[in-house]
Amino acid sequence: MNSTKTTGAEAVMKSLVAEGVDTIFGYPGGAIMPIYDALYDYVSTVNHVLVRHEQGAIHAAQGYARTSKKTGVVFATSGPGATNLITGLADALIDSTPLVCITGQVASHLLGTDAFQETDVVGISMPITKWNCQVTKAEDIPAAIAKAFYIAQSGRPGPVLIDITKDAQFEEMDFQYEKCTHIRSYRGRPRINKAHLEEAASLINNAQKPFLLIGQGIMLSNAEKELVEFVEKSGIPVASTLLGLGAFPNEHPQYVGFLGMHGDYAPNIKTNECDVLIAIGMRFDDRVTGDVSRYATQAKVVHIDIDAAELNKIIPADVGVHADAKEALTLLLDLVQEKQHTAWLQEFKDAKIVEEETLAENAKELHSDELKMDEVIKMLSEVTNGEAVVVTDVGQHQMMTARYYQYNKTKSNVTSGGLGTMGFALPAAIGAKIGVPDKPVVAIIGDGGFQMTLQELGTILQSDVDLKIIILNNRFLGMVRQWQQMFFEKRYSFTNMVSPDFVALAKSYSIEATKVEARADLKESLLEMLNHKGAYLLEVMVAKEENVFPMIPTGASVSEVRLN
Amino acid sequence: MEKTYTVSVFTENSIGMMNRVTIIFTRRHLNIDSITASESEVKGVFRYTIVLRTTRDQVDKVVKQLEKVIDVLKAFVHEESEIVHQEIAMYKMRTESLTNGDVEKVIRKHHARILTVDPTFMVIEKTGHVEETQLLLENLQPYGVLEFVRSGRVAITKPMKELRSYLEEL
Ligand SMILES: Cc1ncc(C[n+]2csc(CCOP(=O)(O)OP(=O)(O)O)c2C)c(N)n1
Ligand SMILES: [Mg+2]
Repeated sequence: MNSTKTTGAEAVMKSLVAEGVDTIFGYPGGAIMPIYDALYDYVSTVNHVLVRHEQGAIHAAQGYARTSKKTGVVFATSGPGATNLITGLADALIDSTPLVCITGQVASHLLGTDAFQETDVVGISMPITKWNCQVTKAEDIPAAIAKAFYIAQSGRPGPVLIDITKDAQFEEMDFQYEKCTHIRSYRGRPRINKAHLEEAASLINNAQKPFLLIGQGIMLSNAEKELVEFVEKSGIPVASTLLGLGAFPNEHPQYVGFLGMHGDYAPNIKTNECDVLIAIGMRFDDRVTGDVSRYATQAKVVHIDIDAAELNKIIPADVGVHADAKEALTLLLDLVQEKQHTAWLQEFKDAKIVEEETLAENAKELHSDELKMDEVIKMLSEVTNGEAVVVTDVGQHQMMTARYYQYNKTKSNVTSGGLGTMGFALPAAIGAKIGVPDKPVVAIIGDGGFQMTLQELGTILQSDVDLKIIILNNRFLGMVRQWQQMFFEKRYSFTNMVSPDFVALAKSYSIEATKVEARADLKESLLEMLNHKGAYLLEVMVAKEENVFPMIPTGASVSEVRLN
Repeated sequence: MEKTYTVSVFTENSIGMMNRVTIIFTRRHLNIDSITASESEVKGVFRYTIVLRTTRDQVDKVVKQLEKVIDVLKAFVHEESEIVHQEIAMYKMRTESLTNGDVEKVIRKHHARILTVDPTFMVIEKTGHVEETQLLLENLQPYGVLEFVRSGRVAITKPMKELRSYLEEL
């Protein structure tokens, strides 16, 4: 490539363009002004989304990355701009989301002097980034950005942060860009050990009651097609983690449900009844396992993951396969025998009936005229045919959505899983819509979480984002209230929520909005929202004290999952 | 069961490496007994030697987490029997304490050496295992030790492929 004289700030823009970046979420400030100045020359080719808070920028970039398969890019200034990214970095690391965050930093001669808006963001973000670095010379910018994209996207994806001093942004350099394809201390793609896969296949082929657990790793490695082929050939029932929802069509006859604390009854109890447990692209989070000492101890465990540190971290694997999910599934497909496990699959179906009957009984205890969260989600699922991109916040509404939305499309579920970040959904949904503008995107948010990042309504207004927002208003921090009811003698310590008039609030941002309370109006309201051109907020008043069941209380085993 | 383990970590020479290595331990509430760092036999590759007491399971997990750090080339864990290790200790005492013949005997008995003698103070050096340098300290204390310093452990491992062969694989 020809080299040309550019400033460090221009080099940032040129490097991003060389990486194919066309969308940036950000917020300007003193230490990143040269980069924003360089950005001004790219407004016709690069879409910069001006958010209302840097946390909004990074969550939007996460939503963008999770739906579009591209790396999310964030700009923020030094000091408070950079520290506002922290929650999002932690969230993206634990949920394996590829991000490149660029922060401005004070001039290098001021480093360590407590200069205005100087924060040691590299130090602060070290444990919550896959990699980070500080650049103090313009000439180092292209290589740092190339390395950042390579690291963010390869292997188990994650967030990367580059902190660039203001003098490096101003400095002139000869621009040349070379993509990074190798770092000697880092291997993105593991060399698969075929012997391990053969052992796995032999366990699978000899199993009477095999059970497959899938996580987001399936989608991150684009292994959806291989998964379906493997599942259909082997006849194994499939359950999903929270982040894995959508990786396998929920309507598939071998799909048996959602795992974990508020997951379905059947996959939880069957975990402790199967003889071979196969886990792919998931990490046995404690919300999935319950008490690990009583988790699948009867089963032989096959664990396939791209992150070697996940193997044997929580659940000892009889066969641990360090591999990319797609590669492993492709090879496994040839090794497994064609089988059907009809009787075993039927056991899941029977357990599902038990769950449905008990939950229906539970529902009778609540005032029947009040709308319930699950009704809203089931109706939404029906009217969108399970094909919308659904973004959820954290709490009861999140678990209800995970339980009752029929995710039939991959990359259609965006939620904060590992970190459980309230306030994630609204900005993440903005990013999701920008990532997949042709798909309908619906954010489902609690009355509490909405108020954590509602300033991003301003972003929707300014960037004209066609996003549908449902607030499930139970006038409570519902999930915490449920725990208070169950484990703290109903002492509702600071969980009641007083909220503003959400409809009036949305309208003040020129966002069309309505509130629905009656069951009879629900379907109509949802359709009106979905058919509306442009952003729309629908506030749904739901029962105040509905509980999410099934539930595995903390410390209990998966087989002790409670239905009421 | 808790035991003493020595972890050897080979890294690129990038800023903040020490921090990246140690936060892996602190996050798991593991206390590092000693840590040393220097360039290895391969130019540009740094070697950290970390000693800690913990369980095998925990230290194995830590090694995997260390290898996840982008600039870490390779990490190994060793039990005491698998390494040859040393620490260096220095002791500062008043020169006049030498006039008491017993100090000379202590130095001889411990095979320690005197590095420097100044009109007012002298510096004694001893390399060995912690127990040895500690015993010397205790033996010298009755005569007045002004300052004492001990390095972290440096360790050479007995069973190990050469670092170069790992680097070639990478
Ligand atoms: C930033 C943050 N603070 C606190 C919590 C703890 N928390 C988890 S769920 C929840 C209640 C959420 O209430 P709301 O948004 O109304 O949703 P609901 O459970 O009522 O559906 C709280 C406070 C959290 N997950 N994230
Ligand atoms: Mg609520």
